[in-house]
Amino acid sequence: MSLAAITRATLAKDLRLEWRSRDAINSMLFFALLVVVVFSFSFDPNAEESRQIAGGLVWVAFLFAAVVALNQTWARELRNQVLDAFRVSPAPANSLFLAKALGNFIFVCVLEALMTPLFVVFYKLRALGPAWQLIPVAVLGTWALVVNGTFFAAMSIRTRSREIMLPLLLFPISIPAILAMVNATTAILTGELSAWFWLVLLATYDVVFTIACLLLFETVLHAE
Amino acid sequence: MTFLYVAYAATWIIHITYLGTLVQRYKRLQREIEALQK
Amino acid sequence: MKRAFPIFAVLTALLLSYALYEALVAAPTEKTMGDVQRIFYYHVPSAWTAFLLFLINFVASVVYLIRRSHTADIVAVVTAEVGVVFCTVVLVTGPLWARPVWGIWWTWDVRLTSTLVLWLIYVSYLMLRRFSTSSQTPLLAAALAVFGALDVPLVYFSIWIFRTQHPQPVIGGGGSIDPRMLHILLLNWVAFLCFAALICWSRYRLERLRREVEETQALESLLEPRSLR
Repeated sequence: MSLAAITRATLAKDLRLEWRSRDAINSMLFFALLVVVVFSFSFDPNAEESRQIAGGLVWVAFLFAAVVALNQTWARELRNQVLDAFRVSPAPANSLFLAKALGNFIFVCVLEALMTPLFVVFYKLRALGPAWQLIPVAVLGTWALVVNGTFFAAMSIRTRSREIMLPLLLFPISIPAILAMVNATTAILTGELSAWFWLVLLATYDVVFTIACLLLFETVLHAE
Repeated sequence: MTFLYVAYAATWIIHITYLGTLVQRYKRLQREIEALQK
Repeated sequence: MKRAFPIFAVLTALLLSYALYEALVAAPTEKTMGDVQRIFYYHVPSAWTAFLLFLINFVASVVYLIRRSHTADIVAVVTAEVGVVFCTVVLVTGPLWARPVWGIWWTWDVRLTSTLVLWLIYVSYLMLRRFSTSSQTPLLAAALAVFGALDVPLVYFSIWIFRTQHPQPVIGGGGSIDPRMLHILLLNWVAFLCFAALICWSRYRLERLRREVEETQALESLLEPRSLR
């Protein structure tokens, strides 16, 4: 069986399980909504100011939502000893990683798609720059968070205070990516600067860390 | 130029504190070694 | 070997004292910044030492990933810890220098920011080592160190972009340095390197001892007569 086939199968299984139980999705949707509302109470800028700060606000909100999603990445596998089974099987470890990462990616993208209109409404946002560029920013940025997040979630499995270990490991490493996401979004919203360099940085970050994760995941899987 | 003295003092306080933790860990190890030897 | 340590310690103490004297008294006073500039003689050597230690950690981590060598792992732990100590000194002395001279405690320039990110990455490294209950913690930590190393050039790149778009005050700017100052700077660096070597040596011996004790304790508990027998 090829890498792609196993990845697809694992991913399909995860999505199906999520769709049937829907408890993770529901709680996370509600969490995302709460985050947007709380942020709206904390900052009440006018349209001009909001374009300056929305980049940061939105991505911090997405970051927290992503962490909540990432924390339960391996929960089901742990409960059912799936990881042991996987280690023993001939399936390539990377297929498991890719399936999990893609599943998280889809999941966080759904969250973002739902939170964004709320932010637009609460902050009266209107992009002065090329708004279509927000799509590559969101795609590249979310993948940057998710790829490392899935990897660090696997590393945190056998740690005390597992839920806090993930953000502790993820945030420092993600700083260049977060900087890029926030500044690219602000650049597009205010229309004052070009987001081009930030997109290049995000793409580079994604490539570098996707390769690193793929190279090291097998080691981590067998390690823990 | 108090900043200068604070900076130098802070440097050494940080180093001494770390060395202190090393000494503490060493003493704890010694106690454990004694417990093992009994 | 045992005799060498106290001798080296005394020599280092002397060197550090001499370097301190040079920095505080003998060094020429800087024209624009005044005496506060002398923080530079502690700030820069600490930074170079921290970066060197983190580099050694990276190499040790890679060695561990390839060969699973215990020594490499101990070197990794030691250099990470001592590196964080020196990095903390850099992050404390930096703002203390910046504030009187440039009026601000902090700015997002390349060096300060990358030092902060390195500090954060290695603190998270140390936390992983402390909180991990896996038997393969060294492996996980080594992977994290590799990730950290990959991250550093990206941090540089990101700050570079940021500063071309948002010009920021330049702290500790470039320009040539007075040869007498360079001489004292290097003197302090050598002194701190010796000091770092001493601390690493001690920490190394401590770690070796700790692991031996742990193994012995594990064996003891295995061999203990059980009450059920």
